[in-house]
Amino acid sequence: MFTAMFGSVEQGIIYAIMALGVYLTFRVLDFPDLTVDGSFVTGAATAAMMIVLGYNPILATLAALVAGFIAGCMTGLLHTKGKINPLLSGILMMIALYSINLRIMGLSDENAVVKPNIPLMSSDSIFSQFQSLWGNIGIDQALTSFLKNTLGFQTAPSTWGTILIVLILTLIIKSIVDWFLKTEVGLAIRATGDNKRMIRSFSANTDGLIVLGLGVSNALVALSGALIAQYSKFADANMGIGMIVIGLASVIIGEAIFGTKTIFRTTLAVVAGAIIYRIIYAVALQIDWLDTSDMKLITAIIVILALVIPQLVEKRREKIRKEKRRIQRLEQQRELTQGGNHLA
Amino acid sequence: MLKLEGINKIFNEGTPDEKIALDNINLHLSPGDFVTVIGSNGAGKSTMMNMISGALTPDFGVVTIDGKEVTKLPEYKRSQFIGRVFQDPMAGTAPSMTIEENLAIAYSRNAKRGLRRGVNSKRREFFRSSLEKLGLGLENRFNAKVGLLSGGERQALSLLMATFTKPAILLLDEHTAALDPSRAELITRLTKQLVEEGNLTTLMVTHNMQQAIDLGNRLIMMDKGQIILSIDERKKQQLSIPDLMAEFENIRGEKMNSDRALLG
Repeated sequence: MFTAMFGSVEQGIIYAIMALGVYLTFRVLDFPDLTVDGSFVTGAATAAMMIVLGYNPILATLAALVAGFIAGCMTGLLHTKGKINPLLSGILMMIALYSINLRIMGLSDENAVVKPNIPLMSSDSIFSQFQSLWGNIGIDQALTSFLKNTLGFQTAPSTWGTILIVLILTLIIKSIVDWFLKTEVGLAIRATGDNKRMIRSFSANTDGLIVLGLGVSNALVALSGALIAQYSKFADANMGIGMIVIGLASVIIGEAIFGTKTIFRTTLAVVAGAIIYRIIYAVALQIDWLDTSDMKLITAIIVILALVIPQLVEKRREKIRKEKRRIQRLEQQRELTQGGNHLA
Repeated sequence: MLKLEGINKIFNEGTPDEKIALDNINLHLSPGDFVTVIGSNGAGKSTMMNMISGALTPDFGVVTIDGKEVTKLPEYKRSQFIGRVFQDPMAGTAPSMTIEENLAIAYSRNAKRGLRRGVNSKRREFFRSSLEKLGLGLENRFNAKVGLLSGGERQALSLLMATFTKPAILLLDEHTAALDPSRAELITRLTKQLVEEGNLTTLMVTHNMQQAIDLGNRLIMMDKGQIILSIDERKKQQLSIPDLMAEFENIRGEKMNSDRALLG
């Protein structure tokens, strides 16, 4: 159980980068971008393909970032220049990317044009590279003996290096997003999601800002995909299905628990939301009568509840407020009439 | 500073809904001119504003700002030289962003936006001194989200944001019409103050005749897509509402039909 949880947290931290991307489009730009399902795989496919071909994993991961950026920009161009509805632009790009991803994975094998998956069992990865440095320090052994001997745990994670490196990476990405949203360009992107007419009247090209915002968002999504591929040691054409909903669930859960007072706090909430989502996922999988494949249904239900419950709560509060005001008014009226009787 | 030459615009051309919105408009503003525009609903005032701002392009005619032809220039490029305040107090600011972030957006109007911080300490100082001029205490609420401000406060902020980078042209589109009388008066006073300080070339549409007479050095009246009356600086000083009504009857041969135009 503990190791399963530990793995969930590790994965959650990687998925948090994807959730930050979804936050950029869904919340900041107010653009429901479905490209995510495709660009997540594009990132995984690009990184896996390059690693198999013998490129350095860091370079492969950076290439995935660029590929995601391009995919996002394409969605942006479909919407702004092609005047296609945002949802449809994303869906079109997602479908197109499915074929493109098969082609990208096909590049890894000279005997095939397309490939549905790439195993990375024996390949190098960012994590294995870091591990070769980390393993020599001896922190793992110390922590493991502390857990087993002092706290009495039966099992301990095989390494603490992975969680450390993903945590550092995700916090760096979060800080970059925080910084970016406070730059002049970032402010203009936020205003584009908030009030297009206003930002146009301050000489900002909203079309360009939407394209840029979608590009950055999908770059993060693809980065997350590249890391997940290296973490779970495979890339698969179907690994992105439902990714947008998972991203949304993370954003919504995080915002509901930790609030959105400042940008710093909101992005932190999104990261935490992604980790919490993974923990819920792991717990759900422990339940006997649930199957792994039910998880998409559960995710959808989480998002639906997270969207509907706040509305119901608000309605109920409003009703209580109305009732209170009515009683106040009645009392005031009674006092007035009593005053009148007294005079008479 | 601003020149409109032979501007024509027809909406829904060739359909039963065809409407001639602007019919051969010619208008010339010299630097520092403050022109007020009056006219009944559908006279073409807002369409003319949108031609200048670039939200609409004319079917025929040429728009020139500061010696440059801008007829084909898209709205976002043109707004480098144009400050605008809209009728709707919600339209001119970004509600989920803070006061200082809104000001930072306005501040980058005529420079290319880059990866510099939107708000730094030097800019904050400038924002503070600019906000102080409004006299609303907003300088103490830098980090308040603009969505929390009242309509009057938001409109005052919009006005400041539209003017503090000294645009070549300032367009005010009934910017006091949605406010209660005391707030409208405050905004009118601030408009006068900010325009005078910046010596801004200004075009202001209003439904309120008294406001049109009190503010600015020139006045034009529009009707059915044409400028039917243009009053210069000398004559405007003695102008009164009855004069305007009489002029309209003279030109059109009918009574002015808008109570709203009188009462604002």
